[in-house]
Amino acid sequence: MTTNRKRRIKWGFVVFFTPVFLWLLLLIVLPQLELLRLSFVGTGGSGFTLRNYLAFFKEPIYWLTFVRTASYAILVTLIVIVVALPVSFYITKIARVRASGFLMVLLLVPFWVSELIRVYGWMILLRESGVINQLLVRIGLFRQPVEMLYNDVTMIMGLVYTSMLFMVIPVIGVMEGLDDALIEAAYDLGAKKLAIWRTIIIPYCMPGIISGSIIVFMLVLGSYLTPNLMGGKNSLWFTEQIYNQIIIYFNWNQGAAFGFLLLALSSLIIWAVLRLTGQSLKKVIK
Amino acid sequence: MIRTLPRSKAYSSGFKVFIGLYFAFLFAPLIVTMVLAFNDSMFPSLPWEGFTLDWFFGNGPRKYGIFNDRGNLRSIAMSFKVALAVTALSTVVGTFAAFLFEQEDFRFKGALYFLMIAPLVIPGVILGISILLFANSMGLLIERVFDVYVKVLGPGFWLVVTGQFSFITTIVALVVIARLRKFDRTLEEAAYNLGANRLQVLWYITLKYLRPAIFGGAAVAFLMSFENFNTTVFLVGSQATLPINLYLQVRDGSTPVINAISLLLIVGASVFAVLNLSSKRERN
Amino acid sequence: MQIALSVKNVTKRFGDFVAVDDVSLSVEDGKFFSILGPSGCGKTTLLRMIAGFYEQSGGTIELRGQDMTDVEPNKRPVNLVFQNLALFPMMNVYENIAFGLRRRGEKSPAIAKKVNGLLERVGLPGAGKKTIDQLSGGQRQRIAIARCLVLDPTVLLLDEPLGALDAKLREHMKVELKKLQAQVGTTFVYITHDQSEAMVMSDAVAVMNAGRFEQIGTPQELYHNPASSFVAQFVGNNNKLRAVMHKDERGGFFARYGNGMDFKVDGAFDLSGGDAYDLFVRPESLVINPVEAKQELNVMPAAVKAILFDGGNSRLLVTPDGFADELVVALPQTKQFDHIRAGDRVRIGWDASKSVCFKRADWKIYDDE
Repeated sequence: MTTNRKRRIKWGFVVFFTPVFLWLLLLIVLPQLELLRLSFVGTGGSGFTLRNYLAFFKEPIYWLTFVRTASYAILVTLIVIVVALPVSFYITKIARVRASGFLMVLLLVPFWVSELIRVYGWMILLRESGVINQLLVRIGLFRQPVEMLYNDVTMIMGLVYTSMLFMVIPVIGVMEGLDDALIEAAYDLGAKKLAIWRTIIIPYCMPGIISGSIIVFMLVLGSYLTPNLMGGKNSLWFTEQIYNQIIIYFNWNQGAAFGFLLLALSSLIIWAVLRLTGQSLKKVIK
Repeated sequence: MIRTLPRSKAYSSGFKVFIGLYFAFLFAPLIVTMVLAFNDSMFPSLPWEGFTLDWFFGNGPRKYGIFNDRGNLRSIAMSFKVALAVTALSTVVGTFAAFLFEQEDFRFKGALYFLMIAPLVIPGVILGISILLFANSMGLLIERVFDVYVKVLGPGFWLVVTGQFSFITTIVALVVIARLRKFDRTLEEAAYNLGANRLQVLWYITLKYLRPAIFGGAAVAFLMSFENFNTTVFLVGSQATLPINLYLQVRDGSTPVINAISLLLIVGASVFAVLNLSSKRERN
Repeated sequence: MQIALSVKNVTKRFGDFVAVDDVSLSVEDGKFFSILGPSGCGKTTLLRMIAGFYEQSGGTIELRGQDMTDVEPNKRPVNLVFQNLALFPMMNVYENIAFGLRRRGEKSPAIAKKVNGLLERVGLPGAGKKTIDQLSGGQRQRIAIARCLVLDPTVLLLDEPLGALDAKLREHMKVELKKLQAQVGTTFVYITHDQSEAMVMSDAVAVMNAGRFEQIGTPQELYHNPASSFVAQFVGNNNKLRAVMHKDERGGFFARYGNGMDFKVDGAFDLSGGDAYDLFVRPESLVINPVEAKQELNVMPAAVKAILFDGGNSRLLVTPDGFADELVVALPQTKQFDHIRAGDRVRIGWDASKSVCFKRADWKIYDDE
């Protein structure tokens, strides 16, 4: 209300501000600070130490997992972009208008189904006794079942599958705003398909691609179920290291250090992407 | 190239095949999961042994259907309780946050807004362990100073609720903010001018306008809470929620009763998705 | 006649900026009063102070003699029709109109009677069940007014409610509003930047500029006897000629134009603060080929630049010889001037008593909101 009767404005402000402030302070800021503090404390509760971080750099298994996780997360993000662009393009620009509404609904339904169930579906399909193996053996293409689960390729496919929609939705969002006349004009001016993609469509969709990339990257980096259930013994994910330290070894200080490293990594990469593309987090998350 | 431009046959049909494959990729695992819920076999796989509803209603001795499966039912109940608590809390605080950021002005508003969206870019695993560690430290501190043991700060129901609340509130807030941003504040002035007091304006005008967004946000909150694994896994006590319980069964192998549970969840989520979309369409 | 609204020396400051500067007005019961001014002149601020959305920095606002200073907006006997109408989209027409009555705690049967009665009065009987987006622009207008009138306010405030309508409908609604006001007898205070709206509908108009009232009067007074250069320019169409005022030996005055030509003027002028003056003459005061050269007539030869045909509102664009300015001349559609073509030479003249002169003051007049 645009009155300048101060009393009322203050009252509303206090009611709105207090719970929000407490939420962010008690559940976001202080826990992260505590995570940081504990990561510098030794296992016995002794004083300041860098041991937890040194352990990370000394044990190749730790930092190798870390590097693997980061690079696979980037790889998955890139694959997702490549698949999401034509899908979004088909739905917004090629499919008949009626069909496009239906396809949108169809696209969104799996979005609400939990990651665990979607991964479980793939396990039923792909494992040695799974549906695909049974079918292929039955029609004689395979002589005996092959284990298709528990390897990096399958794991990457699973990660692409579970995070796909977080790219498709923002990209469709911006692509709907792309005026067909721009493509027509480019076509009329003699541009080939590839040139239209390169000069018109992709630059226009950049904000959607960026926000999709950030969400996908974040989700993949922090994913636990998919790598754990679909990846092999050798494809350990960094979140699994954290889980092991906290739940299995009960070494919370080591787990805190790993958690903080993961947080630093995700913040750093998101920050770098935003910097490179000149976007702001506020704009990306609408 | 697009609807209005001429395109070659190969281009069109090539694109169609691609989209067909994409949707097959999207739905194959879900459909197979659902179909195998009706397979009269002890394992969630082929060959097809005949149709049965035992994985829903079976009551032993070999096959226990979901409705007679004590362990899974208990975890479903737990998930329901958690989801209800999280939905109630995050809807209220998320709506407050929307009002705070859209209608109030104060110093460091930008910084606080940044903090509010931070949970979206902090991996859920980290939210989980940081809250676990913080709650534990607080518990130790309180025990040392006041010599009382605060049970709420240990892993269990309230810690799970707290952990999920910490990021689901952000999502509710963003949903409500999106609608509040389109709200014409002269409507509030008009109501005020017509004799309504501050609370009546809030109730009859602002909240009424926000109602679809608040309900939508609450529904999203419920679903996200019900399905959450990454944050919850660090915070559960002796009683697991459904996703945790399901995870153990999926990892270690189980009967098609998980398929039956999955089918129920997929159907629930689909109904929700369609309702959510159609209400959104109605609003526009 | 009782005074419905009385504003006494009201000032509103936002920091260093003075939006409304020592403004006074009083409106009698049952009158249609307009405040006319360009955007940013402070008229909306004044209206919001009357409604109670702003507190005045100084002065008093009284409704039927009662001081409103400490009365909350929801307790004041005034209602406001918003510029964008602010109809509640989540309620139907009936609920919109009943909203204020319900807040007063009136009983349902009484509410139904009043709402239906008012719907009839604004010419929309039976429209209660309709939603807001089923209404046309003009219908929304009427519902917004009905929503306020049902509360029987001492004064109804209207904040440019016709602004969003297209030109044709606006013309129509002007007449409708005027008739409605006459019929219900409620005091209307109407603000607008459109001088034609103010002139057509009002019993009295206050012309506002830069936070102050330039003149308050009937539309006729404003048109024929503007009190300031601003009013002369803002109300109706006018030709403006920059001139230098001179006093002759016999104590009379004349205005000298840039090309050395002297114009006869009426009245006495103060030359102490400088002799730069603007001379205003309305297009319909300019006569084409005047029959006889009367003593009081300023006559000059001119070239026709263009004919601006617009039915009854047709005009000629002429440049008198040696003039830098173009003059707009009313072109009566009486067949008498049908022979005139662009490029023709004519004589034009005006009676000295039909022109007004004011000390030069340059206003930037915004016509669009």
